[in-house]
Amino acid sequence: MTEKKNNPCADGTCRVPTSQRLQTFDTSADSGDIGALVSATIDEQEIKVPMGTTILDAAKSLGIRIPTLCNHDDLCIAGVCRICVVEVEGQRTLQASCAYPITQPIVVHTHTRKVRQARRHILDLMLSEHYGECYACFRNNNCELQALAKEYGVDFFRFGHPEKPRHTIDNSSYSVIRDMDKCIQCRRCVRTCIDLQEVGVLEAVGRGKDTAIATYLDKPLGDVVCINCGQCINRCPTGALRANDSTDEVWAAIDDPTKHVIMQTAPSPRAGIGEEFGLEPGTPMTWQMNTALRRCGFDMVFDTNFTADLTIIEEGTELLIRLYKNLVEGDGSMPVPQFTSCSPGWVKYIEHFYPEYLSHVSSAKSPQQMFGALIKTWYAQINNIDPASIVSVALMPCSAKKYECNRPEMCDSGYKDIDYGLTTRECAQMIREAGIDLPEMPKSEFDEPFGTATGSGIIFGATGGVMEAALRTVLELVTGKKVEDFYEHADIIPVRGFDGCKYAEITFPDELGPVPELIAHLVPNWDWLKGVTVKVGVAHGTANAKKVMDDIKAGGKFSQCHFIEFMACPGGCLGGGGQPIPTTPEIRKARAKAIYAEDKAYGEAGKARKSHENPAVLRVYGEFLKDGPCGHLSHKLLHTEYTPRGKYIG
Amino acid sequence: MTTIMNDITFSTAEAGAGLKAALEKGRADVIGVVRESAMRGRGGAGFPTGVKWNLAAGAQGDKKYVVCNADEGEPGTFKDRAILSEWADLVLEGMTIAGYAVGAAEGIVYLRGEYTYLVRQLEDALEKRREAGLLGENIQGKDGFNFDIHLHMGCGAYICGEETALIEALEGQRGEPRNRPPFPVNTGLNGCPTIVNNVETFAWASMILAKGPEWFKGIGTEKSSGPKLFSVSGDVDKPGVYEFPMGITVAELLKNVGGGGAKAVQIGGASGNCIPACEFSRAIAFEDVSTGGSIIVFGPERDMLKVAENFLEFFEDESCGQCTPCRIGNTRLLEGIRMLQTGHCSMKYLQELCKLGETMQLASKCGLGQSSPNAFLSIVKHFRNELMGRACVMVCK
Repeated sequence: MTEKKNNPCADGTCRVPTSQRLQTFDTSADSGDIGALVSATIDEQEIKVPMGTTILDAAKSLGIRIPTLCNHDDLCIAGVCRICVVEVEGQRTLQASCAYPITQPIVVHTHTRKVRQARRHILDLMLSEHYGECYACFRNNNCELQALAKEYGVDFFRFGHPEKPRHTIDNSSYSVIRDMDKCIQCRRCVRTCIDLQEVGVLEAVGRGKDTAIATYLDKPLGDVVCINCGQCINRCPTGALRANDSTDEVWAAIDDPTKHVIMQTAPSPRAGIGEEFGLEPGTPMTWQMNTALRRCGFDMVFDTNFTADLTIIEEGTELLIRLYKNLVEGDGSMPVPQFTSCSPGWVKYIEHFYPEYLSHVSSAKSPQQMFGALIKTWYAQINNIDPASIVSVALMPCSAKKYECNRPEMCDSGYKDIDYGLTTRECAQMIREAGIDLPEMPKSEFDEPFGTATGSGIIFGATGGVMEAALRTVLELVTGKKVEDFYEHADIIPVRGFDGCKYAEITFPDELGPVPELIAHLVPNWDWLKGVTVKVGVAHGTANAKKVMDDIKAGGKFSQCHFIEFMACPGGCLGGGGQPIPTTPEIRKARAKAIYAEDKAYGEAGKARKSHENPAVLRVYGEFLKDGPCGHLSHKLLHTEYTPRGKYIG
Repeated sequence: MTTIMNDITFSTAEAGAGLKAALEKGRADVIGVVRESAMRGRGGAGFPTGVKWNLAAGAQGDKKYVVCNADEGEPGTFKDRAILSEWADLVLEGMTIAGYAVGAAEGIVYLRGEYTYLVRQLEDALEKRREAGLLGENIQGKDGFNFDIHLHMGCGAYICGEETALIEALEGQRGEPRNRPPFPVNTGLNGCPTIVNNVETFAWASMILAKGPEWFKGIGTEKSSGPKLFSVSGDVDKPGVYEFPMGITVAELLKNVGGGGAKAVQIGGASGNCIPACEFSRAIAFEDVSTGGSIIVFGPERDMLKVAENFLEFFEDESCGQCTPCRIGNTRLLEGIRMLQTGHCSMKYLQELCKLGETMQLASKCGLGQSSPNAFLSIVKHFRNELMGRACVMVCK
């Protein structure tokens, strides 16, 4: 019973203190009751629920609304905000319905005088400490505190309202800004960081009135082991956490006639941005967004999927080189398993927590950065544009991309490869500000020369997508056959889905094809791969990444893998820290559905679904990166190196 | 220590008699004796000790723990300090009996951070018991009964006297209360069944085993059996630690401690209730005015608003900060007190604050928040004239 969806603490690996968990109840005393149903009467309605169901969940299934703030579907149950209190007959005090497991028949009342008074007081108390005006807040109209204030008819500040800020805003991070004046101490961010992501940057410190959510020694967020994933932003009920907004700078570039402003858009924002305009989660807005962005004033709108395909070629080639070195030449200098490198949150995570494994991380840059390097070199060349006048903007579902584009090493084009990273939320804000109703926009294509993308690029947005794209390409390059010969519709199902850590094996047939020309200079033949079983892993959310890394350290099955995809965010990029708020498992599922549907649509429209079939990619290798994948120029522009940071900070 | 002011029954205890009597009985019978005595926990909440032990004994778990709550942090309480100074052996014996009764092999004394000076003495006592075969393996020749006790130091947080916060602290976490149910008797330290009892509870348990439940039940009232230690402080002639039977009236107590002319008595420390002189005939017992032992007497000159301010300053700092009603509520109540002091608190706002007090009592996560407004509410109730009679102090700018 305790293994239900919103009790992540049940699997025993949780690092959140027991004080912030729904506790498992003891059924052993009368173990005959495990799995038994127990009756609950909530507001005169009776229901039978499995032992251990919380009052909140039981009420939900009856359609009874109980307000919540610290509770979140992705997180452990804290029971700290107390807004969800209800009256349980026979109990002297009110009980937090989110944290109260039903283990014997109970009678509950959800809106008695005491309950209403308590909820209103709790809101009033929060507001008495919550500095800021709603209309000057990015969460205006999407704030859980504001919504509850309306729901409970707050029409004055019963216990006052702060007149002055008491905290300084921490804007030290390129990615996440903390405004503790708006914090209501629900501790969702703490649980997100420590439990969902296994990072543990934020913790409650101090006691009583001095209690605060703080970093280690209250250092600026930019100086601690934060991986910039922004998952805390997505789960903050108020505006206390937000992304470092670059829309002003982007508008300024658009307004400057001497600037050539380029926008590249990643796959996940298309699946999410509709939510900002009131559409159901999972409503794709790809082609409408192209029009909207042009109307906003961007000179060019490119598809990041182009460099996702390029990443597959580069990273796939690197994988083949690694395998060849390890399996044939016995050279361990480039160890396997190879780890993916396209998630900047994951990259910073491994730099901090497993720096000794950095040689496993593919040196290929992320699609965003590859695009940046190509725009200010090849694109500028063929269009006769001074790269200094190009402003390169990336629309990403991600807050860590803001940090990534500001990494000092990301200037291989001779300029800052990407000038600004925009989140899905910020992009929606720009579109709104321009008076554009996104869902009503006519559809339009991406701009050339990068207009053509493949289905493989699209699925980068979902967990397992990079792996699937890589496998599609590697399978075809090595076997000389079609993926469809192995997997129906080229859908490599074993690496799909929301399981935290996935593992799959693919055995090459005994007959393999010739080495394609593109990489013929790197390996002589495929004989060494005949009958070889390729083992791959996929992990999303850094808590799962930690599980896989610890398994590798312990010599478990993932240490036998050849290639592992890691994504910092739950669900992959579609659950990124720059995506629309709120986020829940259901919303992420809907976005994933939209992404896979677009991949499928590529196939149905007869377009390429495999990265190595992308004509634009082939053109780049033909005209610009002439020494091929992992060649000299590609190494200069499309590959990078990492910094072993360690988790101990000065 | 000269704080002990009258005859304390613990002085008459025969060393080792309780444990000896316990080991002659079956485990269930030991619990039966404690249940029979009807003793309720001496820490303040008054949960029946025998029931607690029985629940822990019946709970499934590879390991069980006996924890002695010696984090005596309630303002005005110092009787546990006296017990640990004078009769530590009796407490350790009580813990050993509890270990035997519930089937635990490990006991922990969670000692208040400020009591560091007691560590040497307690460690010596533990070592002596180990040498005498009163701790360790096969205690007193009882096959298979293994039990040892170690000390764990608190760090000065009042909240760690709350049993689940104490357990969190023992696990190395920030001391904050847990969600309940389940209770520690099922899921306590390291997820195992755990009993947490007050220092005094263990000492009495030892004596109950030695002298029988009838002796204990013969003292006190029907619902609050036995004698109780009190820490008496404030405007009295003879402050110190006293033993009185449960059910003693406030007036009688005051007579014994030289507290004549008192205008109010705070019973149960900062989290307790303030009793005005007109109610001194009330009994100190779980069924009337309950207490963990703290008695603070206020003479006629005392400013009750200052008293309330003092208590709320304490809670404003000592709330663990986890739940909203307690973290912010205490601050708002304290601000209200300061408004009253300067005559700026309207009747209407005072009423609102009293309602807020009710919310805190009902909606806080643990006993700290639930009891923190008690002193404020009882002072407002009983001394309203004194509070509202302040002249408005003009604030010159």
